[in-house]
Amino acid sequence: MSATFLGMPGSFPNNAEKAVQNSQLRYNLRKATHTIRGRRASVVGELPDWQELRAAGKAIKDETLRHLDRYLLQLEEAVTDAGGHVHWARDAAEANRIVTDLVKATGETEVVKVKSMATQEIGLNEALAEHGIAAYETDLAELIVQLGDDFPSHILVPAIHRNRAEIREIFLDRMGDAPEGLTDEPAALTEAARLHLRERFLRSKVAISGANFMVAETGTLVVLESEGNGRMCLSLPETLISVVGIEKLVPSWRDLEVFLQLLPRSSTGERMNPYTSTWTGSAEGQEFHLVLLDNGRTGVLADEVGRQALRCIRCSACLNVCPVYERAGGHAYGSVYPGPIGAILTPQLRGMGSDLDASLPYASSLCGACFEACPVAIDIPEVLVHLRAEAPHGAAERAGMRLAGWVFGDRARLAGVQRLASRLRKLVPKRLPGPLSAWTDTRDLPDIPEEPFRDWWEREERHGRP
Amino acid sequence: MGAREEILGRIRQAVRGAPEVEIPRGYRTAPPVDDLAGLFAERVRDYRAIVHVLPAAEVPAAITELVRGRRMVIPDGLPPEWSEGAEPAGGSLAELDAADGVVTGCAVAIAETGTIVLDTGPGQGTRAQTLVPDYHLCVVLAGQIVAGVPEAVARLDPSRPLTWISGPSATSDIELNRVEGVHGPRTLEVIVST
Amino acid sequence: MRVALFLTCVNDTLFPGTGKAVVSLLRRLGCEVDFPAAQTCCGQMHLNTGYPQEGVRLARHFTEVFAGYEAVVVPSGSCAAMIREQYPKLVKPGSKGAAAVGRVVPRVHELTEFLLDVLKVEDVGAYFPHRVTYHPTCHSLRGLHLGDRPVRLLGRVRGLELVQLPGAEECCGFGGTFAMKNAAVSAAMGADKARNVLGTGAEVLCAADNSCLMHIGGTLARQKTGVRVMHIAEILAATEAGG
Repeated sequence: MSATFLGMPGSFPNNAEKAVQNSQLRYNLRKATHTIRGRRASVVGELPDWQELRAAGKAIKDETLRHLDRYLLQLEEAVTDAGGHVHWARDAAEANRIVTDLVKATGETEVVKVKSMATQEIGLNEALAEHGIAAYETDLAELIVQLGDDFPSHILVPAIHRNRAEIREIFLDRMGDAPEGLTDEPAALTEAARLHLRERFLRSKVAISGANFMVAETGTLVVLESEGNGRMCLSLPETLISVVGIEKLVPSWRDLEVFLQLLPRSSTGERMNPYTSTWTGSAEGQEFHLVLLDNGRTGVLADEVGRQALRCIRCSACLNVCPVYERAGGHAYGSVYPGPIGAILTPQLRGMGSDLDASLPYASSLCGACFEACPVAIDIPEVLVHLRAEAPHGAAERAGMRLAGWVFGDRARLAGVQRLASRLRKLVPKRLPGPLSAWTDTRDLPDIPEEPFRDWWEREERHGRP
Repeated sequence: MGAREEILGRIRQAVRGAPEVEIPRGYRTAPPVDDLAGLFAERVRDYRAIVHVLPAAEVPAAITELVRGRRMVIPDGLPPEWSEGAEPAGGSLAELDAADGVVTGCAVAIAETGTIVLDTGPGQGTRAQTLVPDYHLCVVLAGQIVAGVPEAVARLDPSRPLTWISGPSATSDIELNRVEGVHGPRTLEVIVST
Repeated sequence: MRVALFLTCVNDTLFPGTGKAVVSLLRRLGCEVDFPAAQTCCGQMHLNTGYPQEGVRLARHFTEVFAGYEAVVVPSGSCAAMIREQYPKLVKPGSKGAAAVGRVVPRVHELTEFLLDVLKVEDVGAYFPHRVTYHPTCHSLRGLHLGDRPVRLLGRVRGLELVQLPGAEECCGFGGTFAMKNAAVSAAMGADKARNVLGTGAEVLCAADNSCLMHIGGTLARQKTGVRVMHIAEILAATEAGG
């Protein structure tokens, strides 16, 4: 994964500490995540076969990953047969080079974009800009982020950290053609975005998208969206370039019957999102290029425990139920993939060489809400714990853990420590020094008892029951 | 080595020895629904679309009532009685943008999710024709309605470009407040012909 | 019935009252209780902080200590989940101690599971005339799937008024070493949980896990709220005679 997206540069705990103090952010995030939690729960509850769909979704993705080579080749053949062109990119630089060359070949210097995590991951907009090509984001939230020179903080709702008043200000300052007297009513802000983008949609010759799914059997690509900006980009321009991670495959057309139920309900909390577009190769005479992106995915695939992260269909249900995400916000994760899924995906794609990436597996209380909400049953806590074992540990922590292991290794050593603590119980200060202050800054310590349970038990056993 | 071969090689290396997978398909493929048209209408209304459920014989008159005197995009292959009274709009993007609306049929409709699917077949228009105008009037025949997503997927032809429509265009990008009407048609009106 | 008590290192060291309550409760229900003195820690802290080798050692130690018992009772949802959910994965099939894990793990019960599923008692004869709210704790809820077992037990306690905790299923922010490594987020979660507890007007916050209670209770105490925290065993052990 390229390092173009940094978000906040510090470690997760430092970033989160700043975010926690931002009461506006806390309020915006709480309101938004709780709203969508309720919607998701209600439409998921409507389906009596949700767990069966979930089990099928998980297995279909596992099957895809198990034979990813075969399915990619099948996809390539089907797309090519349908008049499309397939390109392969080992990493971000290669993908950016391919897309840049394709755009240059059209002679255009402007492209419209549909929201795509993959192109954010590789920093495509910045790469295009270096070659004099302007990329215009057309999803409302992406537009808010792009106009505000900001970073996305959520997979589905990238501007979730902004409230209506902030968005109005961004539009007035940056849009150029914001209507006079623009209010902060969501309907008015939406209308402003519609007017701002309308002309651009009608005149753009090149569009860039990602895809939610690719069907190996038929060569079909699938994009789910709400606003119609996706349909504008996918169907009006003469040339369409889609950059898609190699794990976005499903084997057969039939498999969509599972994912078109799982994704909208998990994502926007709707029975179905307003628009889903599917196309196969060159549709209605359009020039179509598919760029298949590895960029670290094959490395994730090689990890027996971690590879389940590649099942992810980017629904963001895990973010919306995560108590840590709700308080830390998306920027603290320093990656296009925030929240619980980001905490397992980013360190696998980028490695754990930086303080930030090494701190991500610890950005969870392991409460398990993410696993429960995940429509493809990614056991995020399991992967977090797995990555923690591979993460670099500080010397002090290593020593402390070794000491604790030694104490727990034998009952006499444990009893010795317990008795020592009981003897010193009156001396423990209310506020502890150094790193231990992390506890006592906000919480009292429990009183240390006069004796541990084991001493009471031994005495009771010796003297008979009361 | 080219990128293609290198990526395929990395994949083969990565999955060597991984277990084979069985796909359990215990979910419902044909949920029992008594009143398909009724459920479909209810679910489309939930998206704040306008819905009429009418006997087939009354449909042409109802359409005429809605399109009379308006500049409508009339797709190839649309039954003539579904656009009587409308003024046909031209086919350029500018003309589509200036049109009052588009009237179409559909390929399949899904009751549980309130979804209409267009496949650019006769009477369904090109993708641009059903996207650019601000008003979309769609006629759904009772026999086109299936209960759930699996039956719809089975009926559809993946080689055709498909557009699944569930209500008017919408966004929830501002504080997760749903606002109907962004770039796609801001008004969706559906006539269910029974 | 003869049962072994795995009290957990946290309870043994910091909350002996919980251990005494479990002993008294189980004896009242006719069990013969043993506390194998060689027990130490289940290994969860090591595993979850990224030290699986120590976790494996402690898992093997646990299974050796409890190998001879037909039932092991654990008054901690989190430690019970560690043993039941993690041990079989941690001590890899075929490796040293795996067979013992296979034998011991199915006999390990969290306290409320043991009462309802093994002893099949819902009314344990307790008396506790106070307004109580219950926090389900994540590993009890989503790890062990305890469901409404604790609430059913509390519902049969005479004099006890049980009030629903808003946002009950949301994590309190303890998370083991998470409470130290991500102290700011942990404290923010704890503060929200404490606010919800206060909103119920309960005198006592109850849970099946003292680790979470140590965190929420520490927050409530720092804010001088006067709300007590109690392990469910201590409520179930209380009787009219014994107070």
